[in-house]
Formats: sequence, structure tokens, C-alpha cells
Amino acid sequence: MATHLDGNALAGALSEVFRADVTAARARCAGCGGVSPIARAMVYPDAPGLVARCASCDQVLATIVDAGDRVFLSLSGMSTIELRR
Amino acid sequence: MSAPPLTQLGRSRPQAAWHVATVAEVRRETSTAVRLTLDVPTWPGSEAGSHLDLRLTAPDGYQASRSYSIASSAPGGPVVLAVDELPDGEVSPFLVHEVRPGDQLEVHGPLGSFFVWRPGESDRPVQLVAGGSGVVPLYAIAAAHGAAGDTSPLRLLYSVRRPGDVLFADELAALRGPAFELELVYTREAPATWAGPVGRLDKEALAASTVAASARPRVYVCGSTRFVETIAAWLQDLGHAAADIRTERFGGL
Repeated sequence: MATHLDGNALAGALSEVFRADVTAARARCAGCGGVSPIARAMVYPDAPGLVARCASCDQVLATIVDAGDRVFLSLSGMSTIELRR
Repeated sequence: MSAPPLTQLGRSRPQAAWHVATVAEVRRETSTAVRLTLDVPTWPGSEAGSHLDLRLTAPDGYQASRSYSIASSAPGGPVVLAVDELPDGEVSPFLVHEVRPGDQLEVHGPLGSFFVWRPGESDRPVQLVAGGSGVVPLYAIAAAHGAAGDTSPLRLLYSVRRPGDVLFADELAALRGPAFELELVYTREAPATWAGPVGRLDKEALAASTVAASARPRVYVCGSTRFVETIAAWLQDLGHAAADIRTERFGGL
């Protein structure tokens, strides 16, 4: 794949971790402090996993690596996620 | 009818799960795309604009999965997709050339709650902008808007290379009416009867053929990454607020 995608493309991988879809949920970037729906992140699928970056400051928000029987999820670039009940 | 409590609303959204899909029909849609109709007895239905992940497994166990927007679906199926072949793709060439009725595929969905449209959610006008096969989720929105009898004004601006590249051409034409306007842009070749210009959209043409920013439309843009980012930047130049523009990129060159 030649170019990046966006956070809509994280829906499948994140649905294995979260109870409901979180791509419309707003998250705070730990880099610039900006708050934006996860779907607005830039997603790079060519790494060994998915890498999501802040659309404003390019901070790595999340990485998701599918290792078959395990999934490695880092959300360290998001300081808060607003989850609707 | 009284409104259901909020907790029920939250739960009424279909949950994502893996499903076994059986190919019911493969229909040539354009010279590069097919329409796939899938039987998925366990499918919970989907909101207009959502997508699914489709996974193929090779005999040696190698797996590849890609996201496809859902053109239409109903609880228990069928699920309809339109797949355009990406020349260097890993999954789309198989779906366009190899897959046959009776074949089984794995699908994960429905997925996504951001790039979706829900009937009755807002009275504001809605502007849809599609580049190529980016029309699939926007067709789903137009069809849901029509089926719901939603009277909020809906406009679709759809950019294609040639007349033969229009996906869901008959269905989109049939949806035209007081609440749904369809405008096509031909970038390489237009029908013989076409009076308008032929060529890529520019900012002026975009302004002339979309709902004005002053009318505060909610905007959905889907297409290749380059298309989406170009259109979204022009829309902001034209005065649309970034928060009013929802985008979905499918990659591409």
C-alpha cells in the first residue's frame, strides 16, 4: 500500500480489544494535547502492525501488532480516551 | 413512538464479530469492479457508511485482510460490496477475477461508527463527495436516506474517470428526487451528450457544485487518500469547519 489511511481503518483491530466501536471516540494526544476522534488519526499500515499518528503533530498515538494468537496494543500516545456508555 | 432509553440506543448498534460469508452472486459492475452479494446468515445488519474487514486464507495458511465499505446489508444478509481492483493489490484482484458463487469468505463487522449517517440525526443539509470507488459508503448513505424518507437535503458529488466507471449507476439515478441531488464529474471522458467540462475537480468547481459553507452542511468525503486530502483542504478554504468534514481514506496511489 503506497499511502497512509486514517483511523476508520483501526475499527476492526480495536473491536477485538474494546467492547464497542471506539473510532468515533475522542482521544487526547499526549504530544500536543489536541482532542480529536480516533477516526481522524493518520494510520500507516506498512509497519509490522498498524501505526496511528496524530493528524496535527504526528505523535505516535497507538500501535497495534497482530501476532496471530496474541495482539500487542500500545495506546501510550493518547493520554485520555472518552468512552460513551 | 416514544424514544427508547439511552442505554438501549447504545446497545442497539450491531456488535462487530467474525462471520462466515458465502458468495451468492458476482456481478461485473464496471471494467475494473465487481459487485459481490454475500449470504451471511449471522449478520446483524449495519449502519449506512460502515465497513467490514474481509480475510482470505491461502492453502498454506497465509492470511490477508482488507477493509471494504458496505453498499447495503440487512440483518441475516445479504451483504453487498463493490470491489474495485487495485493493480498491485493482494486481495482485490482475487475478489474481482477469481471468486465464484459458493465460495466462502471470512468477514469481520460491521465496523466503524464515525463515517456513518443515521436517519433523523440532524436537519442540516448533507454533502457527500466521492472519488471513484469511494462512492460505496456514500451510496449506502443515499440509499438509507431514501429508504427512511429523510427530508434533510442530500447532495452527492461523484468524481469518475469515464461514464462506464460509475458504480451503482442505476440505483443512484433512481434515488434522485426532491431530497437527493446527484452531480457527476468526469475527469477523462464524458458521455457524448455531456455539456459540462471534462477534467479534474478544482476548488472553484467544488464550490459551484456543493452545498455552500454558509448553509452549514455536514460533509462526508471518501476516496483515495490523495483525493480526500485535496478535497478536505479545499472545503476548509471554502469556509467549512474541520469538525463538519468527515473523511475516509482508502489509500491508493
